[in-house]
Amino acid sequence: MFVTAAYAQQSTTTEGAEAHDAAAAGEVHTETGVAHEGEAGSGVFPPFDSTHFASQLLWLAITFGLFYILMSKVIIPRIGGILETRHDRIAQDLDEASRLKGEADAAIASYEQDLATAKSKGHKIADDARESAKAKANADRTAVEADLAKKISAAEDRIADIKAKALADVGAIAEETATAVVKQLIGGTVTKAEITAAVKASAGN
Amino acid sequence: MSNDPTHQFLVNKIVPIEIGGIDFSFTNASLFMVATVGAAAGFLYLTTSQRGLIPNRMQSVSEMSYEFIASMLREGAGSGGMKFFPMVFSLFMFILTANLLGMFPYFFTITSQIIVTFALALFVIGTVILYGFYKHGFGFLKLFVPHGVPGVLLPLVVAIEIISFLSRPISLSVRLFANMLAGHITLKVFAGFVTSLSALGALGIGGAILPLIMTVAITGLEFLVCFLQAYVFAVLTCMYLNDAVHPGSH
Repeated sequence: MFVTAAYAQQSTTTEGAEAHDAAAAGEVHTETGVAHEGEAGSGVFPPFDSTHFASQLLWLAITFGLFYILMSKVIIPRIGGILETRHDRIAQDLDEASRLKGEADAAIASYEQDLATAKSKGHKIADDARESAKAKANADRTAVEADLAKKISAAEDRIADIKAKALADVGAIAEETATAVVKQLIGGTVTKAEITAAVKASAGN
Repeated sequence: MSNDPTHQFLVNKIVPIEIGGIDFSFTNASLFMVATVGAAAGFLYLTTSQRGLIPNRMQSVSEMSYEFIASMLREGAGSGGMKFFPMVFSLFMFILTANLLGMFPYFFTITSQIIVTFALALFVIGTVILYGFYKHGFGFLKLFVPHGVPGVLLPLVVAIEIISFLSRPISLSVRLFANMLAGHITLKVFAGFVTSLSALGALGIGGAILPLIMTVAITGLEFLVCFLQAYVFAVLTCMYLNDAVHPGSH
Protein backbone atom coordinates (compact mmCIF):
# COMPACT_ATOMS: atom_id res chain seq x y z
CA MET A 1 0.00 0.00 0.00
CA PHE A 2 2.66 2.45 0.98
CA VAL A 3 4.74 1.43 -1.97
CA THR A 4 1.78 2.04 -4.18
CA ALA A 5 1.09 5.41 -2.69
CA ALA A 6 4.69 6.42 -2.92
CA TYR A 7 4.91 5.23 -6.47
CA ALA A 8 1.74 7.00 -7.40
CA GLN A 9 3.02 10.16 -5.80
CA GLN A 10 6.18 9.86 -7.81
CA SER A 11 4.21 9.30 -10.96
CA THR A 12 2.09 12.29 -10.03
CA THR A 13 5.06 14.56 -9.77
CA THR A 14 6.93 13.25 -12.74
CA GLU A 15 4.19 12.45 -15.15
CA GLY A 16 1.10 14.11 -13.77
CA ALA A 17 1.95 17.53 -15.08
CA GLU A 18 2.30 16.45 -18.65
CA ALA A 19 -0.69 14.94 -20.32
CA HIS A 20 0.49 11.44 -21.02
CA ASP A 21 -1.46 9.08 -23.13
CA ALA A 22 -3.56 6.26 -21.85
CA ALA A 23 -1.27 3.57 -23.17
CA ALA A 24 1.65 4.65 -21.02
CA ALA A 25 -0.58 4.94 -17.99
CA GLY A 26 -1.99 1.50 -18.63
CA GLU A 27 1.51 0.10 -18.66
CA VAL A 28 2.24 1.64 -15.29
CA HIS A 29 -0.88 0.15 -13.86
CA THR A 30 -0.20 -3.33 -15.10
CA GLU A 31 3.13 -3.20 -13.37
CA THR A 32 1.74 -2.07 -10.06
CA GLY A 33 -1.27 -4.32 -10.50
CA VAL A 34 1.06 -7.29 -10.65
CA ALA A 35 2.88 -6.19 -7.57
CA HIS A 36 -0.34 -5.84 -5.58
CA GLU A 37 -2.67 -8.49 -6.78
CA GLY A 38 -6.08 -8.56 -5.22
CA GLU A 39 -6.33 -4.85 -4.76
CA ALA A 40 -9.30 -3.08 -6.19
CA GLY A 41 -9.18 -1.48 -9.58
CA SER A 42 -5.93 -0.87 -11.29
CA GLY A 43 -4.00 -1.33 -8.07
CA VAL A 44 -2.92 2.29 -7.76
CA PHE A 45 -4.33 4.11 -4.77
CA PRO A 46 -7.35 5.60 -6.58
CA PRO A 47 -6.83 9.31 -5.80
CA PHE A 48 -3.29 9.06 -7.15
CA ASP A 49 -4.33 7.15 -10.24
CA SER A 50 -3.01 9.36 -13.00
CA THR A 51 -5.05 7.60 -15.69
CA HIS A 52 -7.91 9.99 -15.24
CA PHE A 53 -5.96 13.16 -14.46
CA ALA A 54 -6.47 14.61 -17.93
CA SER A 55 -10.18 13.94 -17.85
CA GLN A 56 -10.49 15.30 -14.29
CA LEU A 57 -8.66 18.47 -15.22
CA LEU A 58 -10.75 18.99 -18.34
CA TRP A 59 -14.04 18.45 -16.60
CA LEU A 60 -12.99 20.50 -13.61
CA ALA A 61 -12.04 23.33 -15.97
CA ILE A 62 -15.38 23.06 -17.76
CA THR A 63 -17.56 22.78 -14.66
CA PHE A 64 -15.68 25.23 -12.47
CA GLY A 65 -15.37 27.67 -15.35
CA LEU A 66 -19.11 27.47 -15.91
CA PHE A 67 -19.71 27.86 -12.20
CA TYR A 68 -17.41 30.88 -12.04
CA ILE A 69 -19.21 32.52 -14.96
CA LEU A 70 -22.60 31.79 -13.43
CA MET A 71 -21.48 33.24 -10.11
CA SER A 72 -19.88 36.37 -11.49
CA LYS A 73 -22.55 37.12 -14.10
CA VAL A 74 -25.77 36.04 -12.42
CA ILE A 75 -25.63 35.13 -8.74
CA ILE A 76 -23.27 37.73 -7.31
CA PRO A 77 -24.86 40.73 -9.06
CA ARG A 78 -28.23 39.44 -7.96
CA ILE A 79 -27.39 38.92 -4.28
CA GLY A 80 -25.38 42.13 -4.29
CA GLY A 81 -28.39 43.91 -5.76
CA ILE A 82 -30.72 42.46 -3.13
CA LEU A 83 -28.40 43.52 -0.33
CA GLU A 84 -27.90 46.97 -1.81
CA THR A 85 -31.62 47.49 -2.25
CA ARG A 86 -32.17 46.51 1.35
CA HIS A 87 -29.33 48.72 2.51
CA ASP A 88 -30.73 51.66 0.56
CA ARG A 89 -34.20 50.99 1.86
CA ILE A 90 -33.00 50.89 5.45
CA ALA A 91 -31.01 54.08 4.96
CA GLN A 92 -34.06 55.69 3.38
CA ASP A 93 -36.27 54.59 6.25
CA LEU A 94 -33.74 55.89 8.75
CA ASP A 95 -33.64 59.21 6.92
CA GLU A 96 -37.42 59.34 6.92
CA ALA A 97 -37.49 58.53 10.63
CA SER A 98 -34.93 61.20 11.45
CA ARG A 99 -36.82 63.69 9.29
CA LEU A 100 -40.05 62.90 11.16
CA LYS A 101 -38.20 63.16 14.45
CA GLY A 102 -36.89 66.56 13.37
CA GLU A 103 -40.42 67.63 12.53
CA ALA A 104 -41.68 66.42 15.89
CA ASP A 105 -38.83 68.26 17.63
CA ALA A 106 -39.63 71.41 15.69
CA ALA A 107 -43.29 71.07 16.62
CA ILE A 108 -42.37 70.63 20.28
CA ALA A 109 -40.03 73.62 20.12
CA SER A 110 -42.66 75.84 18.50
CA TYR A 111 -45.25 74.67 21.02
CA GLU A 112 -42.93 75.50 23.86
CA GLN A 113 -42.16 78.85 22.32
CA ASP A 114 -45.87 79.57 21.97
CA LEU A 115 -46.37 78.51 25.54
CA ALA A 116 -43.56 80.81 26.70
CA THR A 117 -44.95 83.70 24.65
CA ALA A 118 -48.41 83.15 26.06
CA LYS A 119 -47.01 82.99 29.58
CA SER A 120 -45.03 86.19 29.15
CA LYS A 121 -48.07 87.84 27.55
CA GLY A 122 -50.19 86.75 30.49
CA HIS A 123 -47.59 88.12 32.90
CA LYS A 124 -47.50 91.35 30.95
CA ILE A 125 -51.27 91.69 31.00
CA ALA A 126 -51.33 91.06 34.74
CA ASP A 127 -48.49 93.53 35.29
CA ASP A 128 -50.19 96.12 33.09
CA ALA A 129 -53.46 95.70 34.94
CA ARG A 130 -51.72 96.01 38.28
CA GLU A 131 -49.74 99.05 37.12
CA SER A 132 -52.77 100.76 35.67
CA ALA A 133 -54.82 100.01 38.77
CA LYS A 134 -52.04 101.39 40.92
CA ALA A 135 -51.69 104.46 38.72
CA LYS A 136 -55.43 105.04 38.78
CA ALA A 137 -55.52 104.66 42.54
CA ASN A 138 -52.62 107.10 42.84
CA ALA A 139 -54.30 109.53 40.48
CA ASP A 140 -57.57 109.27 42.40
CA ARG A 141 -55.76 109.79 45.65
CA THR A 142 -53.85 112.81 44.38
CA ALA A 143 -57.04 114.21 42.85
CA VAL A 144 -58.85 113.74 46.14
CA GLU A 145 -55.90 115.23 48.03
CA ALA A 146 -55.74 118.16 45.63
CA ASP A 147 -59.45 118.66 45.99
CA LEU A 148 -59.19 118.54 49.73
CA ALA A 149 -56.24 120.93 49.72
CA LYS A 150 -58.21 123.27 47.51
CA LYS A 151 -61.18 123.08 49.83
CA ILE A 152 -58.90 123.60 52.85
CA SER A 153 -57.27 126.61 51.26
CA ALA A 154 -60.66 127.98 50.25
CA ALA A 155 -61.85 127.53 53.79
CA GLU A 156 -58.70 129.16 55.14
CA ASP A 157 -59.17 132.01 52.70
CA ARG A 158 -62.68 132.48 53.85
CA ILE A 159 -61.60 132.34 57.52
CA ALA A 160 -58.90 134.86 56.82
CA ASP A 161 -61.38 136.97 54.94
CA ILE A 162 -63.88 136.79 57.74
CA LYS A 163 -61.12 137.44 60.24
CA ALA A 164 -59.94 140.51 58.29
CA LYS A 165 -63.47 141.73 57.90
CA ALA A 166 -64.10 141.18 61.59
CA LEU A 167 -60.87 142.95 62.42
CA ALA A 168 -61.88 145.82 60.14
CA ASP A 169 -65.28 145.92 61.79
CA VAL A 170 -63.52 146.03 65.16
CA GLY A 171 -62.10 149.45 64.24
CA ALA A 172 -65.50 150.75 63.15
CA ILE A 173 -67.15 149.39 66.26
CA ALA A 174 -64.44 150.88 68.45
CA GLU A 175 -64.92 154.26 66.78
CA GLU A 176 -68.67 154.11 67.25
CA THR A 177 -68.25 152.87 70.78
CA ALA A 178 -65.66 155.57 71.52
CA THR A 179 -67.87 158.27 70.04
CA ALA A 180 -70.83 157.03 72.11
CA VAL A 181 -68.64 156.71 75.24
CA VAL A 182 -67.20 160.19 74.77
CA LYS A 183 -70.70 161.59 74.13
CA GLN A 184 -72.01 160.00 77.31
CA LEU A 185 -69.06 160.97 79.44
CA ILE A 186 -68.32 164.43 78.42
CA GLY A 187 -71.40 165.32 76.51
CA GLY A 188 -69.41 167.01 73.87
CA THR A 189 -68.65 165.83 70.48
CA VAL A 190 -65.34 164.71 69.21
CA THR A 191 -64.42 164.91 65.61
CA LYS A 192 -64.39 161.72 63.72
CA ALA A 193 -60.78 162.19 62.72
CA GLU A 194 -59.64 162.52 66.36
CA ILE A 195 -61.42 159.31 67.34
CA THR A 196 -60.05 157.40 64.44
CA ALA A 197 -56.56 158.54 65.35
CA ALA A 198 -57.13 157.56 68.97
CA VAL A 199 -58.46 154.10 68.01
CA LYS A 200 -55.56 153.58 65.70
CA ALA A 201 -53.14 154.60 68.43
CA SER A 202 -54.68 152.17 70.89
CA ALA A 203 -54.90 149.43 68.32
CA GLY A 204 -51.24 149.99 67.59
CA ASN A 205 -50.40 149.35 71.26
CA MET B 1 -14.05 -5.47 -2.72
CA SER B 2 -17.03 -3.69 -1.21
CA ASN B 3 -15.20 -3.50 2.11
CA ASP B 4 -12.20 -1.86 0.52
CA PRO B 5 -12.21 1.65 1.97
CA THR B 6 -10.51 3.08 -1.10
CA HIS B 7 -13.06 1.67 -3.48
CA GLN B 8 -15.19 4.79 -3.10
CA PHE B 9 -12.46 6.90 -4.68
CA LEU B 10 -12.30 4.88 -7.89
CA VAL B 11 -12.94 6.83 -11.03
CA ASN B 12 -15.12 5.03 -13.54
CA LYS B 13 -15.78 6.05 -17.09
CA ILE B 14 -19.37 6.76 -17.91
CA VAL B 15 -19.01 8.16 -21.41
CA PRO B 16 -15.61 7.36 -22.91
CA ILE B 17 -14.20 10.33 -24.80
CA GLU B 18 -10.77 10.38 -26.34
CA ILE B 19 -9.31 13.41 -28.06
CA GLY B 20 -5.90 13.20 -29.66
CA GLY B 21 -5.04 10.04 -27.81
CA ILE B 22 -5.75 11.63 -24.43
CA ASP B 23 -8.52 10.22 -22.28
CA PHE B 24 -11.11 12.91 -21.59
CA SER B 25 -13.87 10.50 -20.62
CA PHE B 26 -16.91 11.71 -18.77
CA THR B 27 -16.40 9.86 -15.48
CA ASN B 28 -18.28 9.60 -12.22
CA ALA B 29 -15.99 12.39 -10.98
CA SER B 30 -17.10 14.54 -13.91
CA LEU B 31 -20.70 13.68 -13.13
CA PHE B 32 -20.30 14.91 -9.57
CA MET B 33 -18.53 18.05 -10.74
CA VAL B 34 -21.58 18.74 -12.86
CA ALA B 35 -23.83 17.85 -9.91
CA THR B 36 -21.85 20.18 -7.63
CA VAL B 37 -22.20 23.07 -10.05
CA GLY B 38 -25.86 22.25 -10.57
CA ALA B 39 -26.62 22.00 -6.86
CA ALA B 40 -24.67 25.10 -5.81
CA ALA B 41 -25.75 27.33 -8.68
CA GLY B 42 -29.32 25.99 -8.55
CA PHE B 43 -29.58 26.65 -4.83
CA LEU B 44 -28.21 30.16 -5.11
CA TYR B 45 -30.32 30.90 -8.17
CA LEU B 46 -33.63 29.58 -6.87
CA THR B 47 -33.35 30.94 -3.34
CA THR B 48 -32.66 34.44 -4.58
CA SER B 49 -35.21 34.45 -7.39
CA GLN B 50 -37.80 36.28 -5.28
CA ARG B 51 -35.37 39.08 -4.46
CA GLY B 52 -37.28 39.60 -1.25
CA LEU B 53 -36.64 42.78 0.66
CA ILE B 54 -37.24 40.71 3.76
CA PRO B 55 -35.49 37.41 3.04
CA ASN B 56 -37.04 34.07 3.77
CA ARG B 57 -34.87 31.39 5.36
CA MET B 58 -33.39 30.00 2.19
CA GLN B 59 -32.68 33.42 0.75
CA SER B 60 -30.92 34.45 3.94
CA VAL B 61 -28.69 31.37 3.65
CA SER B 62 -27.54 32.60 0.24
CA GLU B 63 -27.15 36.14 1.53
CA MET B 64 -25.23 34.94 4.56
CA SER B 65 -22.77 33.00 2.42
CA TYR B 66 -22.33 36.10 0.24
CA GLU B 67 -21.71 38.38 3.19
CA PHE B 68 -19.56 35.77 4.93
CA ILE B 69 -17.17 35.58 1.98
CA ALA B 70 -17.33 39.32 1.36
CA SER B 71 -16.31 40.16 4.93
CA MET B 72 -13.67 37.42 4.90
CA LEU B 73 -12.13 38.84 1.74
CA ARG B 74 -12.36 42.43 2.97
CA GLU B 75 -10.62 41.53 6.21
CA GLY B 76 -8.06 39.32 4.49
CA ALA B 77 -7.12 41.38 1.46
CA GLY B 78 -8.65 44.80 2.07
CA SER B 79 -11.02 46.60 -0.25
CA GLY B 80 -8.46 46.28 -3.05
CA GLY B 81 -9.02 42.53 -2.97
CA MET B 82 -12.75 42.81 -3.58
CA LYS B 83 -12.25 42.39 -7.32
CA PHE B 84 -11.46 38.75 -6.52
CA PHE B 85 -14.79 38.28 -4.80
CA PRO B 86 -16.35 36.17 -7.60
CA MET B 87 -13.31 33.91 -7.52
CA VAL B 88 -13.26 33.36 -3.75
CA PHE B 89 -17.02 33.01 -3.62
CA SER B 90 -17.00 30.44 -6.45
CA LEU B 91 -14.17 28.50 -4.83
CA PHE B 92 -15.87 28.44 -1.45
CA MET B 93 -19.28 27.44 -2.78
CA PHE B 94 -17.81 24.86 -5.14
CA ILE B 95 -15.66 23.19 -2.48
CA LEU B 96 -18.35 23.36 0.18
CA THR B 97 -20.98 21.86 -2.11
CA ALA B 98 -18.59 19.20 -3.37
CA ASN B 99 -17.66 18.27 0.22
CA LEU B 100 -21.29 18.13 1.33
CA LEU B 101 -22.41 16.13 -1.70
CA GLY B 102 -19.65 13.67 -0.89
CA MET B 103 -21.32 13.00 2.46
CA PHE B 104 -24.20 11.22 0.73
CA PRO B 105 -23.66 7.45 0.69
CA TYR B 106 -22.53 6.13 -2.71
CA PHE B 107 -21.78 9.66 -3.87
CA PHE B 108 -18.37 10.48 -5.24
CA THR B 109 -16.29 13.07 -3.41
CA ILE B 110 -14.46 15.10 -6.02
CA THR B 111 -12.41 16.96 -3.42
CA SER B 112 -10.86 13.65 -2.41
CA GLN B 113 -9.00 13.66 -5.72
CA ILE B 114 -5.56 15.24 -5.34
CA ILE B 115 -5.59 16.41 -8.93
CA VAL B 116 -8.81 18.36 -8.37
CA THR B 117 -7.64 20.10 -5.21
CA PHE B 118 -4.22 20.69 -6.73
CA ALA B 119 -5.78 22.27 -9.79
CA LEU B 120 -7.87 24.55 -7.59
CA ALA B 121 -4.79 25.48 -5.54
CA LEU B 122 -2.80 26.18 -8.69
CA PHE B 123 -5.65 28.35 -9.91
CA VAL B 124 -5.36 30.39 -6.71
CA ILE B 125 -1.56 30.64 -6.73
CA GLY B 126 -1.53 31.30 -10.47
CA THR B 127 -3.95 34.16 -9.97
CA VAL B 128 -1.79 35.53 -7.15
CA ILE B 129 1.38 35.40 -9.25
CA LEU B 130 -0.17 36.77 -12.43
CA TYR B 131 -2.03 39.56 -10.69
CA GLY B 132 0.97 40.36 -8.50
CA PHE B 133 3.29 40.83 -11.45
CA TYR B 134 0.61 42.56 -13.53
CA LYS B 135 -0.14 45.05 -10.78
CA HIS B 136 3.28 45.62 -9.22
CA GLY B 137 5.76 44.42 -11.82
CA PHE B 138 8.98 43.33 -10.14
CA GLY B 139 7.81 45.10 -7.01
CA PHE B 140 5.84 41.93 -6.39
CA LEU B 141 9.13 40.27 -5.46
CA LYS B 142 9.23 42.47 -2.35
CA LEU B 143 6.91 39.79 -1.04
CA PHE B 144 9.99 37.68 -0.41
CA VAL B 145 11.91 40.43 1.40
CA PRO B 146 10.31 41.16 4.76
CA HIS B 147 10.94 44.53 6.38
CA GLY B 148 13.35 45.02 9.25
CA VAL B 149 15.46 41.92 8.76
CA PRO B 150 19.22 42.37 9.41
CA GLY B 151 21.31 42.15 6.26
CA VAL B 152 23.18 39.10 7.45
CA LEU B 153 19.99 37.09 7.83
CA LEU B 154 18.40 38.38 4.64
CA PRO B 155 19.51 35.59 2.24
CA LEU B 156 18.31 32.98 4.68
CA VAL B 157 14.97 34.72 5.27
CA VAL B 158 14.41 35.26 1.55
CA ALA B 159 15.14 31.59 0.90
CA ILE B 160 12.65 30.59 3.58
CA GLU B 161 10.05 32.98 2.17
CA ILE B 162 10.46 31.55 -1.32
CA ILE B 163 10.21 27.99 -0.09
CA SER B 164 7.10 28.79 1.93
CA PHE B 165 5.58 30.50 -1.11
CA LEU B 166 6.30 27.51 -3.31
CA SER B 167 4.88 25.11 -0.78
CA ARG B 168 1.59 26.99 -0.66
CA PRO B 169 -0.13 25.22 -3.55
CA ILE B 170 0.96 21.89 -2.11
CA SER B 171 -0.21 22.61 1.42
CA LEU B 172 -3.43 24.17 0.15
CA SER B 173 -4.32 21.21 -2.02
CA VAL B 174 -3.06 18.44 0.26
CA ARG B 175 -4.91 19.87 3.27
CA LEU B 176 -8.28 19.69 1.57
CA PHE B 177 -7.59 16.42 -0.21
CA ALA B 178 -6.21 14.62 2.85
CA ASN B 179 -9.03 15.79 5.11
CA MET B 180 -11.71 14.56 2.76
CA LEU B 181 -9.89 11.35 1.97
CA ALA B 182 -9.08 10.47 5.56
CA GLY B 183 -12.57 11.32 6.75
CA HIS B 184 -14.22 9.11 4.17
CA ILE B 185 -11.82 6.25 4.76
CA THR B 186 -12.40 6.47 8.52
CA LEU B 187 -16.14 6.44 8.02
CA LYS B 188 -15.91 3.48 5.70
CA VAL B 189 -13.65 1.54 8.08
CA PHE B 190 -15.88 2.08 11.09
CA ALA B 191 -19.00 1.29 9.11
CA GLY B 192 -17.21 -1.83 7.86
CA PHE B 193 -16.58 -2.86 11.49
CA VAL B 194 -20.32 -2.66 12.12
CA THR B 195 -21.18 -5.04 9.31
CA SER B 196 -18.33 -7.47 9.88
CA LEU B 197 -18.89 -7.61 13.66
CA SER B 198 -22.63 -8.10 13.36
CA ALA B 199 -21.96 -11.09 11.15
CA LEU B 200 -20.41 -12.83 14.17
CA GLY B 201 -23.65 -13.54 16.02
CA ALA B 202 -25.23 -12.06 19.14
CA LEU B 203 -21.96 -11.05 20.80
CA GLY B 204 -20.80 -9.43 17.61
CA ILE B 205 -23.99 -7.40 17.31
CA GLY B 206 -23.42 -6.15 20.86
CA GLY B 207 -19.86 -5.30 19.99
CA ALA B 208 -20.94 -3.53 16.83
CA ILE B 209 -22.71 -0.85 18.85
CA LEU B 210 -19.45 0.93 19.63
CA PRO B 211 -18.32 1.35 16.00
CA LEU B 212 -21.89 2.30 15.11
CA ILE B 213 -21.80 5.14 17.63
CA MET B 214 -18.38 6.08 16.28
CA THR B 215 -19.74 6.11 12.74
CA VAL B 216 -22.56 8.44 13.73
CA ALA B 217 -20.18 10.70 15.64
CA ILE B 218 -17.64 10.77 12.83
CA THR B 219 -20.40 11.56 10.34
CA GLY B 220 -21.22 14.63 12.39
CA LEU B 221 -17.55 15.51 12.59
CA GLU B 222 -17.23 15.07 8.85
CA PHE B 223 -19.97 17.61 8.19
CA LEU B 224 -17.97 20.02 10.32
CA VAL B 225 -14.81 19.16 8.39
CA CYS B 226 -16.65 19.70 5.10
CA PHE B 227 -17.49 23.24 6.07
CA LEU B 228 -14.21 23.89 7.83
CA GLN B 229 -12.06 22.82 4.90
CA ALA B 230 -14.02 24.96 2.48
CA TYR B 231 -13.65 27.83 4.95
CA VAL B 232 -9.92 27.24 5.40
CA PHE B 233 -9.41 27.09 1.65
CA ALA B 234 -11.26 30.37 1.23
CA VAL B 235 -9.43 32.08 4.10
CA LEU B 236 -6.04 31.03 2.79
CA THR B 237 -7.05 32.16 -0.69
CA CYS B 238 -7.85 35.58 0.79
CA MET B 239 -4.49 35.69 2.57
CA TYR B 240 -2.59 34.76 -0.58
CA LEU B 241 -4.55 37.31 -2.59
CA ASN B 242 -3.55 39.88 0.00
CA ASP B 243 0.06 39.21 -0.96
CA ALA B 244 -0.82 39.92 -4.57
CA VAL B 245 -2.68 43.13 -3.70
CA HIS B 246 -0.24 44.41 -1.07
CA PRO B 247 3.14 42.74 -1.50
CA GLY B 248 5.74 43.56 1.13
CA SER B 249 3.17 44.69 3.65
CA HIS B 250 3.59 41.82 6.06
